[in-house]
Amino acid sequence: MKPLYLGSMAEVDADVMAYLRERMPSAFGVELRELALPGIDFAYDARRGQYGSVPALEMLLARRPPDALKLLAVTECDLFIPALTFVYGQAQLGGRVAAISLARLRQEFYGLPPHPEILLQRALKEALHETGHTFGLVHCADRNCAMSLATNIRHIDAKRAEFCAACAARLLRRPRE
Amino acid sequence: MKTHWQILVVDDEEVMCESLAAWLREDGYLVDTASSGRDAVEKSRARDYAIYFVDLKMPGGMDGIETMMQIRGLRPEASIIIITAYATVDTAIAAMKEGAQEYIVKPCNPEEISLLVSRIIRVKNLQRENAILRKKLTRRYSVHDVITKNPRMQEILSLAAEVASLRSTVLIQGESGSGKELVARAIHNSGDRAQKPFVAVSCAALAETLLESELFGHEKGAFTGAMQQKRGKFELADGGSIFLDEIGDISPKLQVDLLRVLQERSFYRVGGSEEVRVDVRVIAATHVNLPQAVAEGKFRDDLFYRLNVIEIRIPSLRERREDVPLLARHFVDRISHELGREVNDISEGALKLLMDYNWPGNVRELENAVERAIVTCRGLTLGEEDFSFLAQSGLPGKAWAPPAGMTLQEMEKHLIAATIQSTGGNIKESASILGIDRSTLYEKIKRYEIPR
Repeated sequence: MKPLYLGSMAEVDADVMAYLRERMPSAFGVELRELALPGIDFAYDARRGQYGSVPALEMLLARRPPDALKLLAVTECDLFIPALTFVYGQAQLGGRVAAISLARLRQEFYGLPPHPEILLQRALKEALHETGHTFGLVHCADRNCAMSLATNIRHIDAKRAEFCAACAARLLRRPRE
Repeated sequence: MKTHWQILVVDDEEVMCESLAAWLREDGYLVDTASSGRDAVEKSRARDYAIYFVDLKMPGGMDGIETMMQIRGLRPEASIIIITAYATVDTAIAAMKEGAQEYIVKPCNPEEISLLVSRIIRVKNLQRENAILRKKLTRRYSVHDVITKNPRMQEILSLAAEVASLRSTVLIQGESGSGKELVARAIHNSGDRAQKPFVAVSCAALAETLLESELFGHEKGAFTGAMQQKRGKFELADGGSIFLDEIGDISPKLQVDLLRVLQERSFYRVGGSEEVRVDVRVIAATHVNLPQAVAEGKFRDDLFYRLNVIEIRIPSLRERREDVPLLARHFVDRISHELGREVNDISEGALKLLMDYNWPGNVRELENAVERAIVTCRGLTLGEEDFSFLAQSGLPGKAWAPPAGMTLQEMEKHLIAATIQSTGGNIKESASILGIDRSTLYEKIKRYEIPR
């Protein structure tokens, strides 16, 4: 079976990458490989002071290793799409690539002291969520499920870093590659 | 189900259009995109989108407002959200005036868009459900759907259609199970009030004080347990019709209250001092002989005359036996379908047996009998043997000896008490076995003081 690739776009918190490397394979039942990716300065929008997630995903598509089942990239940059003030991450629904941003997962973003454990939990939930989209999963009505929609940080904290039974079953039923 | 609803995102900027569409797809909606106003109008001709996100500023001579107006011409039910990066009060007012449901400024907070879409979809789900239920009810209870070839019934239906759009009170008299509520609904559904509520109240099923609160509502604190203000059935029926079943059973006090509503078209909630005005058409029904009740002083004559503006007396099923085969075949079709059974016909022998039976519980008893026969039937056609239970319940000509020295009322009391006991106090089941409706059974339980 093809592996899931985990990539960091430029410098990313090493503890977060280690945590995801440890937890992601079992959630999807696949082998995980790491990949170094370039930064996304090209996607910077000076007017908004943020990075466009659409060009970032385009770059990931171009850089995706041929044997990659999926590619999840992690960045410290604050991501956005033009219609929205921000996104925690973005994925191709049923596609190959996804990205998550750690910028708004850090307590510091909200004027609070750093909390490494909270950051790890939030990063894992977002990584599961966006990778779940690449496997075709849409938002789940179960507020505890990693696939439930989070539009603020409280929503992320309220859900669990795992899929509900229904979403887990859908993942299991996916065609094998 | 989100997947039933489709969304169209309209914006000349491709990245804007596609990224918002992708974000909405992650929420489970089916989302299309259009790159111009003209493209959007073409797409809306081909597909019925529930929500449109339309950018205000688009080139090519067709801006967001113009696009919205053309879409609204084609799809008046659609919800249109105007989005713009250049918000001004004037454009917002113009958009709302032309029928935009919302006006949002981009970039927009994800939470705001998510809540907006789910709120619109929730309303659309309710509207769809409402339309389905409304259609179901109207179809089932229109004048044309009353099954009969009996000349008297046909006269009644013509009268019902004629008076449907009047506000005059209608009094429907007939035995239990003869279809009083069906005729009442047919009157409501054939008139100007068809799109407004039809509220049915069984006056025999509730004690006086409960019925008063049920009909007129109550204020918070009006009595113990009145935790909040409650609107009564008259208020709920405002603009439509209220069907007061078993009107002959209401207490003298409620007779006075009802008379006042009929005269003044207004009332007070229980415990309230504010007068509530309503526009409600009253359709009342009873199995009691009201002129006789008036003569005996049990029912107010002024109320009787107010109610009896248009009088309809529905014949019993015994008086229109020619309808029995039609009704029986109709019930076979409908109930088989509802129960998922394959029974699709009824034999001539079975029809003759049904024609000979007396039907004290009228059409409702016939409906129940057909249902019971379908449940126990082993073949595709209902035969005489499937209705053998009717023989036990007293077919004419069968030898049956009544207990000696017992009055008709005593016998009725014993039969009701025994039936209630045999069903373990289940009123619905008892009423079904006895072939009468629940409100009649409640009234008889009260009258005979039968313990439950």
